[in-house]
Amino acid sequence: MDMNIVDKQRLVVIGNGMAGMRTVEEILARSPGKFQITVFGAEPQPNYDRIMLSPLLAGDKTFDQIVLNSRQWYQDQNIELIAGEHVDWIDRERKLVRGAAGTERPYDLLLLATGSNPFVLPLPGKDLEGVITFRSVADVDDMLKVAGPGKRAVVIGGGLLGLEAAHGLNLRGMEVSVIHLMPTLMERQLDASAAHLLERKLTARGMNIYTGANTEAFLGDERVRAVKLKDGTEIPTDLVVMAVGIRPNSGLGRAVGLACERGIVVDDAMRTSDPAIFAVGECVEHRGQTYGLVAPIWDMARALADNITATAETAFVPAATGTRLKVSGIEMFSAGEFMGDKTTEDVVLRDGARGIYKRLVLREDRLVGVVCFGDASDAPWYFDLLRQGEALGELRETVIFGPVAASADTADSVMSLPDSSEICGCNGIKKGTILAAIAQHGLATIDDVRTRTKASASCGSCTGLVEGLLKGALGSAYAPAAVKPMCKCTSLGHDEVRRRIVGGKLKTIEDAMQILEWTTPDGCGSCRPALNYYMICAWPGEYVDDAQSRFVNERMHANIQKDGTYSVVPRMWGGVTSSTELRAIADVVDKYKIPTVKITGGQRVDMLGVKKEDLRDVWRDLNAAGMVSGHAYGKALRTVKTCVGSEWCRFGVQDSTALGITLERMTWGSWHPHKVKLAVSGCPRNCAEATIKDFGVVATEAGWDLHIGGNGGIKVRATDFLCKVTTEQEVLEYCGAFLQLYREEGRYLERTAPYVERVGVPYIQQKMVEDAANRSALYQRFMYAQRFAQSDPWAEQSGPAADVRQYSPMAEMV
Amino acid sequence: MDGMARDVFFTDVGALNDIPRLGARTVTTAEGDIAIFRNNQDEIFALRDRCPHKAGPLSQGIVHGRSVTCPLHGWVISLETGQAMGADSGCTHRFSVKLEDGRILLGIGAKP
Ligand code: SRM
Ligand SMILES: Cc1cc2nc3c(=O)[nH]c(=O)nc-3n(C[C@H](O)[C@H](O)[C@H](O)COP(=O)(O)OP(=O)(O)OC[C@H]3O[C@@H](n4cnc5c(N)ncnc54)[C@H](O)[C@@H]3O)c2cc1C
Ligand code: SF4
Ligand code: FES
Repeated sequence: MDMNIVDKQRLVVIGNGMAGMRTVEEILARSPGKFQITVFGAEPQPNYDRIMLSPLLAGDKTFDQIVLNSRQWYQDQNIELIAGEHVDWIDRERKLVRGAAGTERPYDLLLLATGSNPFVLPLPGKDLEGVITFRSVADVDDMLKVAGPGKRAVVIGGGLLGLEAAHGLNLRGMEVSVIHLMPTLMERQLDASAAHLLERKLTARGMNIYTGANTEAFLGDERVRAVKLKDGTEIPTDLVVMAVGIRPNSGLGRAVGLACERGIVVDDAMRTSDPAIFAVGECVEHRGQTYGLVAPIWDMARALADNITATAETAFVPAATGTRLKVSGIEMFSAGEFMGDKTTEDVVLRDGARGIYKRLVLREDRLVGVVCFGDASDAPWYFDLLRQGEALGELRETVIFGPVAASADTADSVMSLPDSSEICGCNGIKKGTILAAIAQHGLATIDDVRTRTKASASCGSCTGLVEGLLKGALGSAYAPAAVKPMCKCTSLGHDEVRRRIVGGKLKTIEDAMQILEWTTPDGCGSCRPALNYYMICAWPGEYVDDAQSRFVNERMHANIQKDGTYSVVPRMWGGVTSSTELRAIADVVDKYKIPTVKITGGQRVDMLGVKKEDLRDVWRDLNAAGMVSGHAYGKALRTVKTCVGSEWCRFGVQDSTALGITLERMTWGSWHPHKVKLAVSGCPRNCAEATIKDFGVVATEAGWDLHIGGNGGIKVRATDFLCKVTTEQEVLEYCGAFLQLYREEGRYLERTAPYVERVGVPYIQQKMVEDAANRSALYQRFMYAQRFAQSDPWAEQSGPAADVRQYSPMAEMV
Repeated sequence: MDGMARDVFFTDVGALNDIPRLGARTVTTAEGDIAIFRNNQDEIFALRDRCPHKAGPLSQGIVHGRSVTCPLHGWVISLETGQAMGADSGCTHRFSVKLEDGRILLGIGAKP
């Protein structure tokens, strides 16, 4: 019998958010079995990374990816999680906590971590439907319900939060206006020069920025339809997001009589006026200060854990904090007294054309403030100088050029930072933590460090620093993981290149080659098509396809033959055609004297031997009869094979032809790591050979069986069974989700069969069968990308806007 | 300059800007097509549009550095020498070509 159980102190935590759970983690790290812990959270989700709500809104992350502590984690740690129940009352006399649903828990020690509430402007119309704040996953869900192309949004507040919301909604295709009361954006983080560059960048992305603008009312009957400004301007809109500030959520503390000012007052040990009750995070007020960023909250959590476990009598001392803007493609960092005053001097570097601005504020040879705009890669280094507060001395001359000027080697420069300096801004991981983990767990690779400490696991921009630490710690023993490089032009493997493209917001092939230090000036015939695809997949709607990095077939939208002529295959939706289509094909064959017409193995017609000069005319004639490119030439969606199904077949149990056509209409035009083929069979006799397709659907009496990863090519592979679904809508969602997962994770020229073997079927099931939210997010990303992919290249190439030069010789000499 | 050599005739075949960067265009001649390549540094090169392997149209390949990858089976051909690179061997005929005031002058009749 474990006698300790009886002795265990009961710790109850109110607030299942970032501060509360970080504190619990810190406590567990110090005294694993000391407390019997219960956590109440008003939100139904497990603890997630609130900072990452912006990438979630923008579609750069899924909810899964931002969960910090999964339900499994609570179980493993023996923590009772009561999620979805708001705590209404604390009986301090009886040391009892009571939730809104009546759940009661006694405590010995209580921790309040209730965060803050977004401030809502008390204006007419604030309660209209469609007027929301930006604080929780529920808010993001509300925004996404309205968000969409052609829809309009107004964001009130041009601070950090407001601009991140505006960016996300802009990426979702909305027309976004930002209304800001002050004359310049983000005046709490940026000086006027940097704010001006920022405004220019946002305007260039199609946002309307109103500065010095005062909101008067929200107009509408039930739903908001416009925002009215004091000067009379009315801005029509479908959605209003208020991001005008936060207020400590100290209501519960106040109600039960704890000492409160703006927040719940705590001492240096994070104890409230009741010695049995601690508080942490945005709900507290410490020496007159309240907080709204995580860095000081992590310090609070450490101090609190030391005190509550009696490990040490650490006092919470607020340190300088820096802020970054998480808007892709716009780097911005600021910290300290960036505005300067009479006693300070500035060192400024400005490159207007490249949109780069750096301002260092010095007082008596010490760095006291910094603003970096356009290029924030040196921010951690400046931030460190600022916090150390030492005299710059000789460094003063080159300090504006960053650490590279100060030291030639990253491994050296990162090793020279103090242990307390933050390496990974996304996850708040310090150098000392990483080095300790390397030593303690014998970590040897970047991936090891990522899984163990989370450093560089989010945006990836600090990967170089982490690698520097590995090098520094392990010396010559450090052997970067032996991955197969993409090609001779780089030492990086496909997966690493992709994470850096996404994490580092690399949006052109040139940028990727430069930042990832390609060894050749413009790559080779193998990496360029791969990079072009990775860009298309990562930045739908933004990236401009690079024809010169396409294999000839994808550049000419036809298959090159051994004699240099081309073959042309129009799409026949689900293998169904008509006399009009067949007549048009026959006419084209006669008119352009096409030597061979063949039925392909993919249920459509191939015209072989078309001369390059005739391609555009052939396409124009086929387009005129309603036909579009079949992408028989592309690393793209090829065919959706169907059988006749229930409409005619005496065995058919579902309408496989109709579903096949719907699937092809949904998926045509999509680009992939390799070609992708689908099929739908109307009964288990499987005449459409669905079980050797990339995604196969087989009808049953009850619905549809879904299969993945089949291949009929060089190495035949039958599909793996994924799951059963009942409705057509589900088939569409699962199909889109699977294709998107493959698009995002498949390596260029890896078909679904080797992909599925590499990651394993259980992994795919976990990602898109068990996790409904992730499935829906994948599906939505697929459908979003399709908005830009579904335009017929034949129509484009035979239309007036096409660059026709490639179809004809530049000169003839006889 | 070899451009002045007596037996080479330079003909204006078009403007540099008629060829996309990292791309190629062809010039038709009685003896078959000649491919004119433009790389990222705006250097131009001219080769017979026939791969030494199985006569693939090099003008349809992917241009990188000073080489082109053939579209049919992926051989890499040097634009400077016409030689197949790496393990493959074979050579494609090359032609003199020069750039004057943004115009491309192709030299035919010389064996450089
Ligand atoms: C036209 C067609 C043969 C036919 O006359 O029926 C064909 C023709 C070619 N196939 Fe295929 N495949 C055709 C159906 C297939 C099928 C059958 C199917 O889709 O049901 C398969 C096996 C199924 C599969 O993909 O899993 C097939 C497996 C391949 C492979 C091997 C792929 C693999 O993963 O192992 C290649 C090589 C490659 O892609 O790298 C290939 C490559 C080719 C290429 C593109 C070779 C090339 O690179 O030039 C051929 C182009 C000929 C042309 O110019 O049109 N073709 N190819 C079929 C076009 C279907 C369509 O309507 O789009
Ligand atoms: C969109 C967005 C972007 C951000 N970006 C950054 C950034 O880039 N950098 C940065 O440093 N910070 C950023 N922040 C701020 C950061 O997220 C917060 O500082 C941090 O989450 C505060 O942690 P907390 O635990 O105090 O509050 P929260 O994380 O809000 O947690 C409080 C929790 O308590 C629950 N709760 C409240 N009252 C009760 C009750 N009575 N009973 C039960 N549960 C209750 C709430 O539902 C909530 O889940 C961002 C915030 C947002 C919203
Ligand atoms: S099997 Fe496919 S690749 Fe081989 S010859 Fe036939 S069409 Fe060409
Ligand atoms: S013809 Fe050029 S590689 Fe085969």
